[in-house]
Amino acid sequence: MTDHTTEGLKRLALHDLHVALGGKMVPFAGYEMPVQYPAGVMTEHLHTRAQAGLFDVSHMGQVILRPKGDMAALVAGFEALMPVDVAGLPEGRQRYGLFTNEQGGILDDLMFANPGDHLFVVVNAACKAADVAHMQAHLAEVAEVEHLTDRALLALQGPGAEAALSAWVPGVAEMRFMDVRVFDTLFGPMWVSRSGYTGEDGFEISVPEGGAEGLARTLLATPGVMPIGLGARDSLRLEAGLCLYGHDIDTGTSPVEAGLTWAIQKARRTGGARAGGFPGAERILRELAEGPERLRVGLAPQTRAPMREGTALFSPDGTPLGEVTSGGFGPSVQAPIAMGYVAASHAAPGTALEGEVRGKRMAVTVTPLPFQLTTYKR
Amino acid sequence: MKYTKEHEWMRVEGDLVVVGITEHAATQLGDVVFVELPETETMVAEGDEVCVIESVKAASDILAPLDGEIVEVNTKLVDKPALVNEDPTGEAWFFKMKIDDLAALDDYMDEDEYADFIG
Repeated sequence: MTDHTTEGLKRLALHDLHVALGGKMVPFAGYEMPVQYPAGVMTEHLHTRAQAGLFDVSHMGQVILRPKGDMAALVAGFEALMPVDVAGLPEGRQRYGLFTNEQGGILDDLMFANPGDHLFVVVNAACKAADVAHMQAHLAEVAEVEHLTDRALLALQGPGAEAALSAWVPGVAEMRFMDVRVFDTLFGPMWVSRSGYTGEDGFEISVPEGGAEGLARTLLATPGVMPIGLGARDSLRLEAGLCLYGHDIDTGTSPVEAGLTWAIQKARRTGGARAGGFPGAERILRELAEGPERLRVGLAPQTRAPMREGTALFSPDGTPLGEVTSGGFGPSVQAPIAMGYVAASHAAPGTALEGEVRGKRMAVTVTPLPFQLTTYKR
Repeated sequence: MKYTKEHEWMRVEGDLVVVGITEHAATQLGDVVFVELPETETMVAEGDEVCVIESVKAASDILAPLDGEIVEVNTKLVDKPALVNEDPTGEAWFFKMKIDDLAALDDYMDEDEYADFIG
């Protein structure tokens, strides 16, 4: 319970607002970030699922890829970095992607959007310097890589998000899950996607830093909107079964092991129109065909004790099978929940395993993901 | 009441010492979702980890503040961990200890000293 040092940490454009709202600031990915507000993680989590929560995710990297020549060359270059169908993404749409390495591991996961004459990419805070360097190294001939440092990124999530945002930006109500649109607003040009990382319907909003506080205060003044910290962001995404880079996925995990095969469209798979041709294709395509040796699974601890990251997992006969990569308590499911990797032989839902908590083996059951049904507006 | 630097409180009840965590500690922990209590009739030494508290954020330990025997535990906390946030210095006591000499408590902070300690 000592104070965290804030020396050398960057501050968000909305830093003063977080402090004024009573946010408890902690170091995260090189930034001072609010981990919770006075309401606390549990209340913030439940409020987001019941009404609407406002998250400051400005620490994440926002990058524009602008074609030097034609857009097709940029698209082809970007597609060569990921096992993902970029060329097939229509204008006005966003898609989940992942940069892979030659070993088929994951360098980062990201969102990319096609606004028409460029691509807009949002990457994880801890990876953003490496991601920008990666894109500059591989896309130098086809794109200008612009790392934007003058825009904030806010997420408004929950069943009340549409009503709260459409009061100021009426057009957002017409958007569907993963649509992207640009709006001219009194807070500046707003780049909105209907997406998020909580399992709820909602929006991610890129806004010039100068307009960010006005937008945040306006949304927070809307009945039903509450500020939400990193603590609840983590429990919300865990309940939604979503991966956290550096925990559930990293350079040692392949997209197939991570259960992210839905992100690998048909066009990039064996037999597809543009099969392979991405880093790590050999391993990834082989794992798609033959199945991986281990898999990310949902885990339901059978006692009330949470199983945190690093908890070792065993079969009931004592064979080591893997470990928990994210774990805690799910406020909406009112039970401990976790995700982790286990040998593929023990990955079927319903499989009884054991997790070692403080030296004791406790029962835990493999369970389908997500823990909490998603409510995206398709 | 007496207080430890680990944010535990101790209250004398007859010849027993009742132990819990302070309101400051409960606030810092956040919403408590799991409590693991020690076995009764266990001899413990000062500084032993005797309970585990897990909040939505993290796991923490409660240390035995004194040498002695755990004679009673508050099983209500197992079924309702949120009591730790609701009433940390009352209903949410963790365990009762029998110790040789109650004078051992004199070494610990009183209420004013603890208030200074947490600033």
